[in-house]
Amino acid sequence: MLTTEIVVIGGGPAGMNSALAAASQGAEVTLLDRNWELGGQLVKQTHKFFGSENQFAGERGIDIAEILSERVHDNSRITVRKNSSVLGIYHDGVLTFEQDDKYKKLTSRQTVVATGAAEKFLSFTNNDLPGVYGAGAVQTLMNQQGVLPGKNVLIIGAGNIGLIVAYQLLQAGVSVEAIIEALPEIGGYEVHRDKIKRMGVPILTSHSIKKAYGEERVEGAIIGEIDSSWSFIDGTKKDFKADVICLAVGLSPLIDLLHPLGLEISYVPNLGGLAPKRDEYLETTISGYFVAGDCAGVEEASSAMMEGNIAGLSAANSIGYKKSFQEKFRNNRDELRKLREGETAKEVRAGLGEVRL
Amino acid sequence: MRINNHPILDQKKEEEEEITFTFEGKELKGFKGETVAAALIANGVRVFRRSTKDNRPRGLFCAIGNCSSCLMKVDGESNVRTCMKRLEEGMEVQRQEGEGEI
Ligand SMILES: Cc1cc2nc3c(=O)[nH]c(=O)nc-3n(C[C@H](O)[C@H](O)[C@H](O)COP(=O)(O)OP(=O)(O)OC[C@H]3O[C@@H](n4cnc5c(N)ncnc54)[C@H](O)[C@@H]3O)c2cc1C
Repeated sequence: MLTTEIVVIGGGPAGMNSALAAASQGAEVTLLDRNWELGGQLVKQTHKFFGSENQFAGERGIDIAEILSERVHDNSRITVRKNSSVLGIYHDGVLTFEQDDKYKKLTSRQTVVATGAAEKFLSFTNNDLPGVYGAGAVQTLMNQQGVLPGKNVLIIGAGNIGLIVAYQLLQAGVSVEAIIEALPEIGGYEVHRDKIKRMGVPILTSHSIKKAYGEERVEGAIIGEIDSSWSFIDGTKKDFKADVICLAVGLSPLIDLLHPLGLEISYVPNLGGLAPKRDEYLETTISGYFVAGDCAGVEEASSAMMEGNIAGLSAANSIGYKKSFQEKFRNNRDELRKLREGETAKEVRAGLGEVRL
Repeated sequence: MRINNHPILDQKKEEEEEITFTFEGKELKGFKGETVAAALIANGVRVFRRSTKDNRPRGLFCAIGNCSSCLMKVDGESNVRTCMKRLEEGMEVQRQEGEGEI
């Protein structure tokens, strides 16, 4: 049995910052990630980030991943285990994981869960045909693996992710046939929207996908206009030829690992789905279990990093590493509040109100 | 199909080691260390397995180890997440039927 003081599950921006914050207080940390490199979602984001300078605004996601990952690897208090998928968390503080095909056990005194989010799916005929990919998968293929997902892509969802992925596809030389959006308005930021429009990609609002078709793989899709009750309007059918249908319809918090412990959760659409209840230190209703980042509620990398700091500091504080805890906690909390001030974070703020203990 | 020129990323795989693996007994080329799923997609393979219930074709979906859509048989072992498994010389990759053999 392996032991550690604080285990952090997930090595995205939230998890890396949790580990760094806890270690900076003096705690001994083990960071587990199922990937072979740290960075989470950041390793496939080639665009420059928004946010404030403290969260690396203006840097590309891939570069932020590298900076944080280097800090983690250089920290002698942090043990990094990659290729490690956490399988289960048990009431007695034991966690099981598979690393390089071996089953292992680890006990810890405090746990920070920073597992990120899972892509949402959409119901339409033949939605299981090969060639229907999540937006994250398209990014992983292109930006991490250097492989083109296909020749012509139809994107479902015109939020920021749909727009950014469209732009990245165009950069890689793939044709984007159209972006389909069920809402009457485009959800993503103007900068992203205008870029796409300038490149001549049609964005069809109040439209949805009815079915995908193709022999053994996607060859095209039938889309149509929808009314305010989301029913297809007769006579509006359009046929798009495409070999990839990219779903960019949002993410939901990934906290399956915590469900068996019986923590309190709540369905909060503004946070992406089932979100864990937690106090201001990000401790859940199970003592000793903290959450940070997208798994606590889908937001963005900048807030994930701040939450990571808070969860890491708090977990360390609970086991006696109290070095100026209150002051550091307040600084991070205030900065996080600032991040969430704007108009764009209105929904997140409302969502958070529903899960705060 | 692979990306050879990218405005931001330096993804030229020329310096990387090209290796041979098999898919359904047929020899294909890939690069050491990329995921099995990526190597298959680059070679134009889309159908990774057939579903348990209606024998429907299934391929990659999430690419980050969450969804189990890409499970295949690799070197005789069923239910391998090919989006997480990294390619090695001589690997034998096969489509998985239903739940696979356990
Ligand atoms: C297309 C796109 C564009 C974006 N643009 C921006 C932007 O401009 N600005 C911005 O601030 N944010 C942006 N974001 C959002 C940002 O990437 C995420 O909010 C952020 O990465 C969340 O961080 P995280 O650490 O919570 O989760 P993730 O980055 O998802 O990391 C979670 C980690 O947990 C690991 N994991 C999960 N389950 C397990 C398990 N069972 N065992 C072991 N490891 C596990 C995963 O492998 C992963 O590495 C964008 C996201 C996308 C998809």
